[in-house]
Amino acid sequence: MNVIEVNNLSKGYGKVKALDSISFSVKRSELFGLIGPDGAGKTTLFRLLTTLINPDEGSATVDGLDIIKDYRKIRSRVGYMPGRFSLYPDLTVEENLAFFAAIFGVKVKDSYDLVAPIYKQIEPFRKRQAHNLSGGMKQKLALSCALIHHPSVLFLDEPTTGIDAVSRSELWDMLKNLKEKGITILVSTPYMDEAFLCDRIALCNEGRILGIDTPQGIIEQFDSKLFEVRADNMFALLEAARQVEGVAECYPFGQAHHLVADDNFNMYRFKEQLGTFSNLTITPTEPTIEDVFINLMKQ
Amino acid sequence: MSETVISVRNLTKRFGDFTAVNNISFDVYRGEIFGFLGANGAGKTTAMRMLCGLSYPTSGSGTVAGFNVMREGEMIKRHIGYMSQRFSLYNTLTVGEKIKLFAGIYGLSKQVTAKRSEELLARLKFSSERDTLVKALPLGWKQKLAFAFAGIHRPEIIFLDEPTGGVDPVTRRQFWEMIYEAAEGGTTIFVTTHYMDEPEYCSRVSIIVDGEVRALDTPTRLKQQFNAVSMDEVFRMLARDAQRGE
Repeated sequence: MNVIEVNNLSKGYGKVKALDSISFSVKRSELFGLIGPDGAGKTTLFRLLTTLINPDEGSATVDGLDIIKDYRKIRSRVGYMPGRFSLYPDLTVEENLAFFAAIFGVKVKDSYDLVAPIYKQIEPFRKRQAHNLSGGMKQKLALSCALIHHPSVLFLDEPTTGIDAVSRSELWDMLKNLKEKGITILVSTPYMDEAFLCDRIALCNEGRILGIDTPQGIIEQFDSKLFEVRADNMFALLEAARQVEGVAECYPFGQAHHLVADDNFNMYRFKEQLGTFSNLTITPTEPTIEDVFINLMKQ
Repeated sequence: MSETVISVRNLTKRFGDFTAVNNISFDVYRGEIFGFLGANGAGKTTAMRMLCGLSYPTSGSGTVAGFNVMREGEMIKRHIGYMSQRFSLYNTLTVGEKIKLFAGIYGLSKQVTAKRSEELLARLKFSSERDTLVKALPLGWKQKLAFAFAGIHRPEIIFLDEPTGGVDPVTRRQFWEMIYEAAEGGTTIFVTTHYMDEPEYCSRVSIIVDGEVRALDTPTRLKQQFNAVSMDEVFRMLARDAQRGE
């Protein structure tokens, strides 16, 4: 059974269509990622699925319950960690946890098994007020509070934005553990390199879904030839490469530029035309999620 | 590349018993793209604030854009460009008004302002947006504008604090092309980021751990030194050894 089922969901704010008729589904115990930049509609989608706002059009169910009709029931079954820290800053760590437990009518000790692996890391600071916690600790507290009522579905809106690469890996490890305990997770991120940590992903941009698949499946959608090019003067190379026949795209990609070739591309001719560049190299390479995203955005 | 735009020695900043930045020393040369990386809490923001003339070091010495970091904060502020992560101030102004605001803050004359305004709008192909409210622009456009504003007074160096956060991958690359172009033109760029492919675009990268500069070199040499395939790996190796939490 699908735990989340979204059908042609739309939501606008004035002239802006935050979500433009999107559809997808998430299976039980799946770790599903919404990958996209700001303005993709990720937060609007979370707010709709957690019943905080109503859609203009379309329908959706969470755990078999309708987001409009059954909103009260949904609220007791989902955990939601918004993008912005939203716990009580003047309550201590343990008071926040107790408060959220009380709101959901549960006892902290009843869900402790689920929360413990995360909460134990901040327990030494349990008497500290939440506003005095560091970014990483705030996040662990927010995740603990979102789990205290043993939700069947967890919604996490950009939990890794603005935190460093090491803390980001720690958070993904926690999500993997929660998924193994049977919790369905919908998580959003603007970092494309986090896509491979999800079972399936939806690439989102400007209120639409550009593609849904497993990360590997998404990569396989890339059907052009891709090369890595380098030379001593990388900036000049970018401009020059774009002028060569058969080059559909050339864009910076970490230490090299990525070059998307069309059918007219000839590697030898390319090297000949750019012969003035010192240490010019061009080698075929495998696309990444980000290449696919760029490609889909330009279509 | 021998002319230094930033040259600091043993910069230290203490808050009570806590040493946020501990004895950092480095030079940044004209036209370089200098990446400044660090985990949350490593001391990156404190170090940047000292370099931008927003706070004085507890001890140390050095210059930024030719001015003394120990006592000429006001002069430093006037001679650098700065762009923060979020471009949210005065969004109820139009693009044209915002150019005038920035030019006014940096004390440009009316004639110079008019000229730079035309150039800026033409270069960004934004001439048709002069009367558009900044808040109505897509995020990527705002970020490009913010970068252009940071350079309106032609500073020798522009500080960029996580300039590409949340921006789509196409715009993110366009943004880096603007950085490349500025650096080609001789502007020094000092940039922080959480996207781990971006350090690869830098001329040199410094990694700050526990308030100290733990690594500083070109991306290629850092990868060799740490026997890593990417800057992401180099960063993780160093950041994992951090003693102090966030």
